Amino acid sequence: MGNMKTNDRTANETARGISTTCVHAGEERQKEASSITDPIFCASTYTFANTAAVIEFIEKKLPREEYGRYGNPGEKVVERKLAALDGAEAAVLYSSGMAAVAGLLLAKLNSGDEVIFFDECYHRTREFCSKHMARFGVVTHQVPAGDYDAMEAAINKNTRLLVSESPTNPHLSVVDLERFAGLGRKHGVETLIDATLGTPYNVQPIGAGVDYVLHSATKYLGGHNDLLAGVIVGSEEQLAPVRKLRGITGAVNSPHNFYLLERGLKTFELRMQRHNANGQAVAEFLHEHPRIEKVYYPGLPSHPYHEIASRTMRGFGGLVTFLIKDADWRATADVVDRVQIPRIAPSLGGVESLIEQPLVMSYYEMPVEDRKRFGIPDNMIRLSCGIENTEDLVADLKQALQG
Amino acid sequence: MKFRTRAIHVGNEPDPATGAVVPPLHLASTFVQAKAGVPQEYDYARSGSPTRKSFETTLANLEGGTHALAFATGMAATTCVTMMLSSGDHIVAGRDIYGGTYRLLHNVMNRFGIGVTLVRTDGDLSELKAAITPRTRLLWIETPGNPLMSITDIAACAEVARQHRLLLAVDSTFATPALTRPLELGADIVMHSATKYIGGHSDLLGGALVVQDKALYDKLYYIQNATGPVMGPLESYLCTRGLKTLELRVREQSRVAAQLADWLSDNPRVARVNYPGRAGHPGHSIAARQMDGAFGAMLSFEIKGGYEAAQRLVESTKLFALAVSLGAVESLIEQPASMSHASYQREDRLAVGISDGLIRVSVGLEDFEDLRDDLDQALVSALK
Repeated sequence: MGNMKTNDRTANETARGISTTCVHAGEERQKEASSITDPIFCASTYTFANTAAVIEFIEKKLPREEYGRYGNPGEKVVERKLAALDGAEAAVLYSSGMAAVAGLLLAKLNSGDEVIFFDECYHRTREFCSKHMARFGVVTHQVPAGDYDAMEAAINKNTRLLVSESPTNPHLSVVDLERFAGLGRKHGVETLIDATLGTPYNVQPIGAGVDYVLHSATKYLGGHNDLLAGVIVGSEEQLAPVRKLRGITGAVNSPHNFYLLERGLKTFELRMQRHNANGQAVAEFLHEHPRIEKVYYPGLPSHPYHEIASRTMRGFGGLVTFLIKDADWRATADVVDRVQIPRIAPSLGGVESLIEQPLVMSYYEMPVEDRKRFGIPDNMIRLSCGIENTEDLVADLKQALQG
Repeated sequence: MKFRTRAIHVGNEPDPATGAVVPPLHLASTFVQAKAGVPQEYDYARSGSPTRKSFETTLANLEGGTHALAFATGMAATTCVTMMLSSGDHIVAGRDIYGGTYRLLHNVMNRFGIGVTLVRTDGDLSELKAAITPRTRLLWIETPGNPLMSITDIAACAEVARQHRLLLAVDSTFATPALTRPLELGADIVMHSATKYIGGHSDLLGGALVVQDKALYDKLYYIQNATGPVMGPLESYLCTRGLKTLELRVREQSRVAAQLADWLSDNPRVARVNYPGRAGHPGHSIAARQMDGAFGAMLSFEIKGGYEAAQRLVESTKLFALAVSLGAVESLIEQPASMSHASYQREDRLAVGISDGLIRVSVGLEDFEDLRDDLDQALVSALK
């Protein structure tokens, strides 16, 4: 189920440095009108010179576009770039991260099939599976994150997919990707990792043997908080039915976003280096601060997954989660309200730092027992470090905690 | 206010910060919250964004609905409706629904235990009534239908749906709200491929659902937000922009289509013309009742000489471009037997009335004389 490198061009491209890949991979060297950047193709449909051209296309003799829902030149470029960054053969782009995961699940699962999740996986993904796919006769199991024995015990003859996020949100637990992939291979079950927080810069699940990698490209890949996008990467063969279903259900992204994403990817390595540096510095600052009860950051030796993370990740990302000592929800909200640079908003991974209290943002309507079960205490804050200067972010947090 | 005034003003309030008569486009994926725990209208763009909301507000108003949802494509909108169903449920759909919808119902939803029966919905509804089972939840119709411009009586279908407590969804892409407003005729859901007349310029993909029931909207919104196939901000703006000229375009394109239909039916090289505006069309009287003063800009006709002649015809036009899709300012032409309906077995295709010599035309905004002359020379070369 691995990704065979059959294409010389892909092999050459992935042997290059990350920023070289970011700038050049997937693009034609000589583009239309000799333009150095890719044009944006807004066209909904593509014309045929004559009936012979139609027939040639239908009989697959002529690779070309037909109708926007089935493909767009800009989409192909950015998909090739995304695949190259993950060391994969192919990528399928969607209108959002949720559209990407829904697209994969709807393509791969039938009524009667079963899926197993690590229970720290993005809660909207688990909800989609346990609520909507359930109505279609798909069974969802959840086992504790990192409990590989429980996951293996839950596998049966109907199991089709093992799913986890890594690192997880907001606890930043890290999956041992080779062990996770090995579990799938041993039982002939496909594996999916949501690597939105990890990004292809920090983690390479395909190289570890995972079948599919999901990214909400809205986050670090787009990187500027100005587009929604999602992508599934993997092997061309395994993704063929996924791509075909996208053409049927129509959850495609837009030509303007293809270009914004391609443009955002050019600075991906630079941004990730800064996100990682800011995340590490902020985590270390918070770890030493007397008002902090606990910091969740895989780059800290105190983090339970630090050993796996150090072994499998290039850096530890821009997301830092922490608990304020002896604070109720209001005292915690006061810290959030006092910061000057990060803005209060959901989402993460953009150049702007964003801060949120999970209790009042994503989990506001969830009953207290459920929040306890998900490990979302009232005094938890999630900070997505942007690419501002490290000293400014640390100084800002310092004044907010003094309050 | 009348349709065109509402198309320009509803949902398009000037920007309060700058006074700009056209509201700014919001590309933001996320929205800054003033205070922790105080919900605001927008938080994350998958769940809603000002530019998308502007288009949804205008479209909902034009359809006589209360709520609209904008999607990445028409098929994403259709998929959202079908995802309300559960394993074991059943759909009754018109036999001439769009091929993409046919494929979704037969090759995707079937894998989740959702059944579908296709029936004739134009004219007599006995086949439709007979297909309803206790598990039927959704009635899906398309009018005018593709490519024969078959007309389904929306109000009559709504009556059947009411009696059996089914949801009635209408793909109204060909009619547009300028000509038909299915919610006013009793439908529950209107679906549009906004790629067609709403955008109108062949430069975007989009889809939409419109309803007038908050509970139904909440269900659809929940699925849209959970599955994420939303319309992007630039497409949303282009759709808003397209709606401002929708009525002008559709009425003018329909006027030229009617002229071309008349001219084609007098042409000795043409065996038959399918246009609901012509008195001889089987759906003419229903169309006259449920379409507001025009019959749309789509028509089809059969050239004498069959498959090869049709093929030569679509290759010989100079203004009409050979392409799938429709509804734009550029006129398009295609041969259903070799293009939009090529996936059908020939016998099945002939059984539903799609002959080898059928030509489908999407009449654009070009001048009647130019389009007529182009078809004339193409007909001559096709039958030379």
